[in-house]
Amino acid sequence: MNKMPKWADVILTPVISLVLAMAISAFVILAIGESPTVALTTMIDGALGSSYGWGFTLYYATNFIFTGLAVMVAYHASLFNIGGEGQAAMGGLGVALVLLSLPLPHWALALPAAMIGAALFGAAWALIPAWLQAKRGSHIVITTIMFNFIAAAALNYILVNLLRPVGSMDPASGRFPEATHLPKLSDMALALGFEWGKNTPVNISFFVAVIACVLVWLLIWRSRLGFEIRAFGKSEPAALYAGINPVRITVIAMLISGGLAGLMAINNVMGEAERLVLNAVEGAGFIGIAVALMGRNHPLGVFLAALLFGFLYQGGGELALWTSIPRELIIVIQALVILFTGALDNMVRMPLERMFLAMRKRGA
Amino acid sequence: MDLNTVLQILDSAVRLMTPLLLACLAGLYSERAGVFDIGLEGKMLMAAFSAATVAALTGNVWLGAMAGLLGALLLAAVHGIASITFRGNQLISGVAINFLASGLTVLLGQKIFGLGGRTPSLTPGAELETQVTPFRAWLSGTTGPDTAAALTATPRFGEITLPLAETLRGVPVIGPLYAEVISGHTILVYVAFLMVPLTWWVLYRTRFGLRLRAVGENPASVDTAGVSVTRLRFAAVAIAGLLCGLAGAYLATGLSAGFVKEMTAGRGFIALAALIFAKWRPWGALGATFLFGLLEAVANRYPNLDLGVITVPSMFMNALPYILTVIILAGFVGRAIPPRAGGEPYVKER
Repeated sequence: MNKMPKWADVILTPVISLVLAMAISAFVILAIGESPTVALTTMIDGALGSSYGWGFTLYYATNFIFTGLAVMVAYHASLFNIGGEGQAAMGGLGVALVLLSLPLPHWALALPAAMIGAALFGAAWALIPAWLQAKRGSHIVITTIMFNFIAAAALNYILVNLLRPVGSMDPASGRFPEATHLPKLSDMALALGFEWGKNTPVNISFFVAVIACVLVWLLIWRSRLGFEIRAFGKSEPAALYAGINPVRITVIAMLISGGLAGLMAINNVMGEAERLVLNAVEGAGFIGIAVALMGRNHPLGVFLAALLFGFLYQGGGELALWTSIPRELIIVIQALVILFTGALDNMVRMPLERMFLAMRKRGA
Repeated sequence: MDLNTVLQILDSAVRLMTPLLLACLAGLYSERAGVFDIGLEGKMLMAAFSAATVAALTGNVWLGAMAGLLGALLLAAVHGIASITFRGNQLISGVAINFLASGLTVLLGQKIFGLGGRTPSLTPGAELETQVTPFRAWLSGTTGPDTAAALTATPRFGEITLPLAETLRGVPVIGPLYAEVISGHTILVYVAFLMVPLTWWVLYRTRFGLRLRAVGENPASVDTAGVSVTRLRFAAVAIAGLLCGLAGAYLATGLSAGFVKEMTAGRGFIALAALIFAKWRPWGALGATFLFGLLEAVANRYPNLDLGVITVPSMFMNALPYILTVIILAGFVGRAIPPRAGGEPYVKER
């Protein structure tokens, strides 16, 4: 018997966790001598008050959808992929190599090619930790952390020594060809005859991210492979007994996860920077952890949580611009969300379960 | 490469390995008791910030070190409550602690000093006085006693010259080794090195150590023997907090002079790597952290190491600890087996 109705589990617990995280954040803002209400209105104004704000909010959200989905898919196989950061960075390398080496005449051709490059490189970066976990029992959390650092060092080397154009001091690749630039949402709005989100980086990748949410939902809940992933995640011995190959599932789940993290590069590298720069991921891989936890490991939840973090990210930038609150406040909020929805889940859940049990007894 | 260069690199390696060693031993206590700790980085960062802040405000490095211990202990308490009391996911809790420290240190640092998240430099000089004196005056209400204290105390750990260091310098090889590499470090370096035999003794020669190891392998058996699993694990997490506190205090008030944003720079994760490298053993921790400290020292000295045939870029040297750890984890060279009950919350039978 479930102790709680499903709606309480899916909606109430994340909302309470969020409220707790926000309350502590408000306390932190008070402690540094600022006003939480001013902070909140500044953030809402800056992130949601104009199409300009929305343009950035949606741009960040696109990144977080990809990394959130990446963490989510691995989580369903009971694998905690902290390597999204490194996988997304490698995805960026894949995008850069494809766009700089192939003469693609139009973005409509460049986008799928870049997606393949991004997903392949991201997946490849997840392959070794996955294989080591499956075959040698090396803990995937540790190996993916190590691979984040190795990716950072490797990219640093590649950008400085190999991809940097002659004569440039900047550790970054050359600019991608003009023809491969992705259409921005603001351009699409203009084509439809109205002005929206001028000078914002949100681009067509946002729709790719939304499609990815749907596809991941189909994969996890409507496909044979998804069933195997979930069965393996719930109970490895049971999955083994049912004839599911644990090595295969571990590797495939991590490849999909790494591929999704890598796909983020079509947004930040191809869509925004239009060249590969150092540290292009900017922590989005880690935010994916918060997004997946907050979104209760469901694509719809991931989508909403990514929007929330997009809002926090853009709002945080505005906060640093207009008030004396540093944008690191966002990292604190992110930490608290991870803490309450992930690690202190039981603290939120136990009193709720007790409450629902008591209500049910009274009703019966 | 002459002897002098070798000695300088070794000296630098000893300095650089110290925070790694302390953090590695911190992880050792925690993980030997069955609590995974990927929040070493965050606890070190918090400690570095608290230590530098209090040292800057009071001008007293000892008060700073105490604050460092306290800061790390606070985050250790969060980890303990989340992963022991509420049986939450220890890895997620560690991730959260890392972010919490990374954000809070900048927020508080900006509030207290207004220097964009760093603390004033702890070299007794112009910046420290102008930045801090007004705040100190506001803190105490007067300027009198504090200024007096600032004159007698120092905001940084000084270097200790071991006895006979100068006398023995003339002795070939051993003399310079003693004077350059072994002597002339801050007290926390010697504390860190003493922690290795101490940890060995505690783990393998005391009742507490036996129970600690048992609780990391098979908590049910410890519970059956009538010993509280919760209390043991909390003790281990607290010890880990204190050691991370020392590591952070050393970073901010011994190795460098003051706190800068993200100053731990992945050291917590290198310590974690060293722990695996050491196979969760104290003497191994000494060897592993020395190796990683040496790698960092060599990378600092030779950004592009020319080996004749190939030139090794510094990025490779920096990534080497992580690469070596993955190889060790893969079990191709000496398999590392973690404590059996690591990462699993203990649910008492009813």
